[in-house]
Amino acid sequence: MNDMAAAKTHAVLDPQALRREFPIYQNNPGLVFLDSGASAQKPAVVIDGIAEYYRRDYANVHRGVYQLSQRSTDAFEEARETTRAFLNAADSNEIVFTRGATESINLVAQSWGPVFVKAGDEIIVSDLEHHSNFVPWQMLCERVGARLRVAPIGPDGGFDLAAFEAMLSPRTKMVAVTHVSNVSGAILPVERIAELAHAVGAKLLVDGCQAIPRMPVDVRAIGCDFYVFSGHKAYGPSGIGVLWGRYELLVAMPPWQTGGGMITLVTPERTEFQDPPHRFEAGTPDISGAVGLKLALDFIEGLGRDAIREHEEELTGYAIDRLSRIADLNLVAAGQRRLSVLSFNLAGIHPHDVGTVLDQHGVAVRVGHHCAQPLMDKLGVAGTVRASLGVYNDRDDIDALAAAVEACREMFSR
Amino acid sequence: MTMDLRELYQDIILDHGRHPRNFRAIEHPTHTAKGYNPLCGDRVTVYLTLDGDKITDVSFEGRGCAISTASSSLMTQVLKGKTLAEAHALFTQFHAKVTGGDIPELPEPLEEDSERLDPLTGVKAYPARVKCATLPWHAFEAALRGGAAEPVKTE
Repeated sequence: MNDMAAAKTHAVLDPQALRREFPIYQNNPGLVFLDSGASAQKPAVVIDGIAEYYRRDYANVHRGVYQLSQRSTDAFEEARETTRAFLNAADSNEIVFTRGATESINLVAQSWGPVFVKAGDEIIVSDLEHHSNFVPWQMLCERVGARLRVAPIGPDGGFDLAAFEAMLSPRTKMVAVTHVSNVSGAILPVERIAELAHAVGAKLLVDGCQAIPRMPVDVRAIGCDFYVFSGHKAYGPSGIGVLWGRYELLVAMPPWQTGGGMITLVTPERTEFQDPPHRFEAGTPDISGAVGLKLALDFIEGLGRDAIREHEEELTGYAIDRLSRIADLNLVAAGQRRLSVLSFNLAGIHPHDVGTVLDQHGVAVRVGHHCAQPLMDKLGVAGTVRASLGVYNDRDDIDALAAAVEACREMFSR
Repeated sequence: MTMDLRELYQDIILDHGRHPRNFRAIEHPTHTAKGYNPLCGDRVTVYLTLDGDKITDVSFEGRGCAISTASSSLMTQVLKGKTLAEAHALFTQFHAKVTGGDIPELPEPLEEDSERLDPLTGVKAYPARVKCATLPWHAFEAALRGGAAEPVKTE
């Protein structure tokens, strides 16, 4: 065991070897995939594992008395336990399966929101939020007559902790921020944000979509109240996501969607509901999605989250260095501490045009506003070109990106 | 650079993208509408002055990629002085050329205008970019429908 532990702390990722575990690379030779921030590719262990589950163990969950249904239920609940352990949550009953982070946030905004947020209260989000951690809160505020406040970014493009602190007051009921920005890769000081939010009696929801696939996450160490993420950005299937919430909060929340699987008693007069997490999982869940998510989280743990973070930090540094040497290239939020996500623009060339040229060079990046229009407005840009990293990326990918960017610059300067 | 990219980014596109013609507001337009491409955040406002059914002035403002800016610029050039029927015929043919539908014949006087738009038809090979080229035309048609209060979207 000691040897294994030692090996793990010294594990270095070998992206070239890892690519052999991702069939997308076999089917798309020469692919330079730099869009894992939008959605990560899937390892064979996830793809095959889902197929195997359908072949061997599939039946509906929490319904049948027969053995197959029990096996399927066990697989589903095992996924919940794996997710609990992955987040270091206290209790697997705190893990709610959803369609994705977007649904997780909407669940909290629509179930917890109207009970605990009243007219005159305030909700704080940040400039760095994806629309999915912005619009649900805006809608809630409109619905109950609360005020949405937006914590700004500082001059370096990172989260401005002092400005955020100044916004807090006893009126603040919820703070909802991202763990890692999907635009600039900025890492937010979520532990400190939790302390400050709790000091005024507010709750903290953290959007972990970009953090989960690339760094250790311990919800109890962070001290937040809710943590959400999507499976598909973490090498798992699309259609499955997670809401973690502290149990005493979940148990105080009314059902969100209603239907089968979430009740204990239904009569024509009234219905009694299950305890969390089943209270929030109406209807047949995405069972194979949960099975796939478990395999994806096991895959990540197998590589080691410290090793992944180390790998992506090293590559992020290389990419910053490489891109900074390109004339007319402006790195967005250049001054701050970042991980795995780099946004940039080429002076005088629209990101959409850059994206098309890069695509012709076989380089897949995301261009546009990245579902973060308030941030784009703040940065004074229509959009950006965004490269984001995964475990399968290496320096050759960054070199290919840089070469394609140079070619683009050349073409537009003719 | 591949040949395909040269097809898409012809010199005339880069020129109009960098130096768009009729890039201004009309102070008292008879018709105006905004176009918006939510995919990339491109926005364009098209202004029209109509005298009867004749377009006496047309201009645009906004921000966008080389394709949408060049398309807006070329559109304003070909539309000036046209009747609404002629404008509609030009759009119908242009739309077919970039989306791959049956290309309708145009009356001979419009052929020259049609050819001026041809450099944009390279987008046909780039499905994700077709909307960039058609955005200003959709805004133009929206302006004629009465300048919708809500921006017309390409999605």
